[in-house]
Amino acid sequence: MSDRTNELSHLDLETPDKTYLDSNELIINMGPQHPATHGVLRVILKLDGEKVLGTECVIGYLHRGVEKIAENRTYTMFNPYVDRMDYCAAVSNGLGYCEAVEKLMNVEAPPRAQYIRVILTELNRIASHQLWLGTHALDIGAMTPLFYTFRDREEILKIFEKYCGARLTTHAFRIGGCQYETYAGFEKDVKNFLTFFAPKIDEYEALLTTNRIWLERTKNVGVISGPDCIALGVTGPVLRASGVKWDLRKAQPYANYKDFDFEIPIGTNGDTYDRYLVRMQEMRQSMRIIEQAVAGIPEGPIMGKVPKVIKPPVGEIYHSIEAPKGELGYFIVSDGSTQPYRLRVRPPSFVNLQALDVMVRGLLVADVVAVIGTIDIVLGEVDR
Amino acid sequence: MAEEVKSPAPPPPPQPRPAKTEPSGGPEGEPKPTAELPVAAAPAAPVKPAAPAAKPAAPAKPAGPVPMPWTSPLVEKYRSQYGSGLDPQTYLGQNYLNVDRSLIPDILRLLRDEEQFDYCVDITAAHYPKREKQFDVIWILYSFPRNERVRVKTQIADGASIPSSVSIWPTANWLEREVYDMFGITFDGHPDLRRILLPDGWKGYPLRKDYGILQQDKEWVQINLGIESGQ
Repeated sequence: MSDRTNELSHLDLETPDKTYLDSNELIINMGPQHPATHGVLRVILKLDGEKVLGTECVIGYLHRGVEKIAENRTYTMFNPYVDRMDYCAAVSNGLGYCEAVEKLMNVEAPPRAQYIRVILTELNRIASHQLWLGTHALDIGAMTPLFYTFRDREEILKIFEKYCGARLTTHAFRIGGCQYETYAGFEKDVKNFLTFFAPKIDEYEALLTTNRIWLERTKNVGVISGPDCIALGVTGPVLRASGVKWDLRKAQPYANYKDFDFEIPIGTNGDTYDRYLVRMQEMRQSMRIIEQAVAGIPEGPIMGKVPKVIKPPVGEIYHSIEAPKGELGYFIVSDGSTQPYRLRVRPPSFVNLQALDVMVRGLLVADVVAVIGTIDIVLGEVDR
Repeated sequence: MAEEVKSPAPPPPPQPRPAKTEPSGGPEGEPKPTAELPVAAAPAAPVKPAAPAAKPAAPAKPAGPVPMPWTSPLVEKYRSQYGSGLDPQTYLGQNYLNVDRSLIPDILRLLRDEEQFDYCVDITAAHYPKREKQFDVIWILYSFPRNERVRVKTQIADGASIPSSVSIWPTANWLEREVYDMFGITFDGHPDLRRILLPDGWKGYPLRKDYGILQQDKEWVQINLGIESGQ
């Protein structure tokens, strides 16, 4: 064989069975510019016919060095940057960051701010799941859900826009509380949204839950077990769909989630269909939380006692929240100055994406698209 | 923009850091200087009255911002086994173990196998260029059965390597690759230690403190992107 490579001009007729490639094996490049990779993810697929033997993810196309930027900005200046990581769930990112810095400074946001935060974060969770559902269904070939979910997501974005002036990269919270008081009619808008949205989830479910094509494309596709999820550090709806009842809002409550009554939906099979069901249930649970929060929103200040210049004492903290995609953590090292000495983001998408290889082995190429969709990655967060 | 490059320089070499270094000094010595130094550093030297004013404020919040020795059955168990190689601390209700570099694969494996820390949340590092051992490597662990977090920290010198924990937690694969990519810390026994976010041929490790925020691998940019500069 080694001689062969040096004598390419001669056809080796005596050993015709020796080829450079196994005739069935095929390396296919998918992305980075591919509509089904939800951004700039490149996946190198090793195939046997149409069966996937293995994958390799190539990431970093959207790397902006968020952690380096953080070291060169003050705590306050860095706050809007976190919205640009998971831009589908900017409010959650902001909540995690603000809470981490507050914890480092040993202050707490006042109750009214906590309620506003929970309402907006849960609205954002619904919006994130809607975006996921629309694009995921589109990848699999169902075009209608995209229009339905975007139509309804618009109502949430309108509330964000009225609250803080931005729809996507909201920068809704500040370290110590909220900058903006709720606008007149905020509570009414949120309540209206809840009554508007409840039948819409049923509408999504009517389109998909018992749809035969949907079932064929999602059942037993991309199966991952609970122990595998834990070993791979997978969190969020993917972990819960594999039967592990773990949600940071319950396990280690932050903000004021312990005040609210809600369930953690879990799946049993750990397949794409279960992850779909779990996220649908999560939207309903988020509505329950919002309903309670709007009813119980107290009066009072919205900003805690935080100095104008944020200067946490020397020390380090790790704080994480349950973002729509999984555990979003911030590890901050303070040297007592106005800028973080080191700020590490523990992104759920990055860690969850690592499980892609395990989930797609043995499936067909078309299923890879379904599995990428079901993990629910945002490349802005994977690459940071 | 040039100013921004300079601005990070003053914070990195602060006095509080050497306290963390504590190459041999006991842990009890550490909390005190960390608590006092920022006070001394903030209102300059000449402002004498400010210092007494700040002092009363300090006792008001000692429960939080001072790292305390962490005691628990878990700690006692390993302390008798490893002695001074282990320095358990707790800060703001979060527990962490400063461990000696030599204990690294063992203590992580014990934490998983015997203490049920089955989920490796994150692996990261921090760079302290003024120290002899320049890097802190940090493992953030979580235990599902105990619903408890712990951080493991160790210090290593520039150019030194550290055993990989991929065989303990498969999730460490990408996390260690990222640490390698950003800090240039090598993990022995890692199955596939390559850059993950930056291009393969990139030179330099961006999250080191001596790497400027506008710095880039000019050569790589010119060859691969065909442009003069990425700025």
